[in-house]
Amino acid sequence: MLEIDIRHAQGDFRIEAAFSAGDGLTALVGPSGSGKTTLANIAAGLIRPEAGRVTFHGETWFDSDRNIYFSADRRRIGYVFQEGRLFPHMTVRQNLQYARHFRPMRTDEAADGRLIELLGIGHLLDRRPAGLSGGEKSRVAIGRALFSAPALLIMDEPLSALDQARKAEILPHLEYVRDETGIPILYVSHAMEEVARLANRVVSVQGGRVVAEGEPGGVLGGARPMPDDMEPATFISATISHHLDDEGLTVAESRAGRIYLKRGLAEPGDRVRVFISAQDIILGIGEPGNLSALNRLEGRVLGMTERAGSVWVTVDCSGEAVLAQVTRHSAARMALEEGQPVSLLFKSVSIDTQGLFRRQETRP
Amino acid sequence: MSEDDWIALAISLKVAVVASAASLPFGIAVAWLLARKSFPGKSVLNGLVHLPLILPPVVTGYILLILFGRKGAIGSVLDQVFGIVLSFRWTGAALAAAVMGFPLMVRAIRLSIESLDRGLESAASTLGASPFNVFRTITLPLIMPGIVTGTILAFAKAMGEFGATITFVSAIPGETKTLAAAIYGYTQVPGGDAGAMRLTLISVVVSLAALLASELLARRVQARTEGRDA
Repeated sequence: MLEIDIRHAQGDFRIEAAFSAGDGLTALVGPSGSGKTTLANIAAGLIRPEAGRVTFHGETWFDSDRNIYFSADRRRIGYVFQEGRLFPHMTVRQNLQYARHFRPMRTDEAADGRLIELLGIGHLLDRRPAGLSGGEKSRVAIGRALFSAPALLIMDEPLSALDQARKAEILPHLEYVRDETGIPILYVSHAMEEVARLANRVVSVQGGRVVAEGEPGGVLGGARPMPDDMEPATFISATISHHLDDEGLTVAESRAGRIYLKRGLAEPGDRVRVFISAQDIILGIGEPGNLSALNRLEGRVLGMTERAGSVWVTVDCSGEAVLAQVTRHSAARMALEEGQPVSLLFKSVSIDTQGLFRRQETRP
Repeated sequence: MSEDDWIALAISLKVAVVASAASLPFGIAVAWLLARKSFPGKSVLNGLVHLPLILPPVVTGYILLILFGRKGAIGSVLDQVFGIVLSFRWTGAALAAAVMGFPLMVRAIRLSIESLDRGLESAASTLGASPFNVFRTITLPLIMPGIVTGTILAFAKAMGEFGATITFVSAIPGETKTLAAAIYGYTQVPGGDAGAMRLTLISVVVSLAALLASELLARRVQARTEGRDA
């Protein structure tokens, strides 16, 4: 268990935050400039805060009262940086060996080989970082952090430099690290989908302060105000009721209504978390025509806010607040107003079963 | 070429190699201090390092004579305690050349330290490397292009140095008479034109060779630190 309770100032910006990160993946979320990377660097020992305490499994890494400070090289951490930060003058193999060099441990060559194979970097070992693609660099950076046998893994937006296809390529590796290595992870991000898919716990930071802490659904879900640069989305808790074998679909029941998923994601009785991106939702008034969208929820407009040229519409679906994003033009054309009955149509959702999140598109 | 010409060339090369090699550790240390640390007296240190670039070389040579001459503040200690004499010796010529080339060396190395991505050093420390090991395994290899450039600049400056050298150690044949001093000597005697021309040509050849070698070396080092194959 990593426990942080610190005060720190960078110029005019003040950070005063306390949070903890236990087993599994703890996501540190917030808009850019909220102080989340600074908090990760404080956890890593790259920044020494002005006052407070940092402890890990009872070991004190920083205590301003007792004048204790362990710098990064004396904490057993692995850090995956946003830009990878592979050493350009070394080959991939040397980068990995570097991680091993300063923290001698029993080397298990079979385990090393498995990790290299799992990350798919075996064919890159003799190459230099400059010749690698973005996705390859990310995988090597993850491998290097794991090769240093960390007791705590810190990742600072490891996917933000990658395009959608490369992200999809790396995400399963992150899930593997989370589920198979048992190393607690502190994961800095402002991408909703990543957090929804990966996090066991979420710590939300704004203006240098922790504003919410808890389960992903509780912290991120509903109509809670969200940081400006976060992708708007909704989480709904649901229970799988039955399969529709002929159509290859699975039916999930939620407070908001019935949601159809692609068959094979979960079994009847499973409790799942459904993730709906606000951009994937089509709003309709009255009886929509014959549309291919698989899912349809009914509700009433609860409120509207304008953000960066679009309108975020919160819709109350039998007590479940669902967020939809429409253009200003559409909102005006439809004459949307509070209390108005609307239909929500969408085809793709992601679900999360018992923390194991598998993104699947449901396409009718 | 006369015997004396070969000796002058040998002295010049010896002085330049020793001057650039011996000042390198100090050059790296001072460049690192100026690039990374803030401390009282930093601008004074910076000014001192750059002084030989601004002062007339004769003045620098004279200051060296005052400080490092046998009766000078530092020179007398070196002489009595360690038995080291610099004035009117080739080692003194090397000291003068090193002092004159030092600002060029420090500037080149400092620039490469300042342009180094410090994130790479942080990354190394998260992998368990102590500050000394970070410097040895990450900083030093990555600033190698700056070190090569700085050393070559200092070498070139040492090869061409004249004013400070002749003021501090004179031009004693076989001891401190460098190529530049020999050329000057030829121009001061009747009928010395042929000799001056000969040594001038040699100077050009040596300088071009050094330049070419440094280009090749710098390109290789650059390619390696950027992770391309040389």
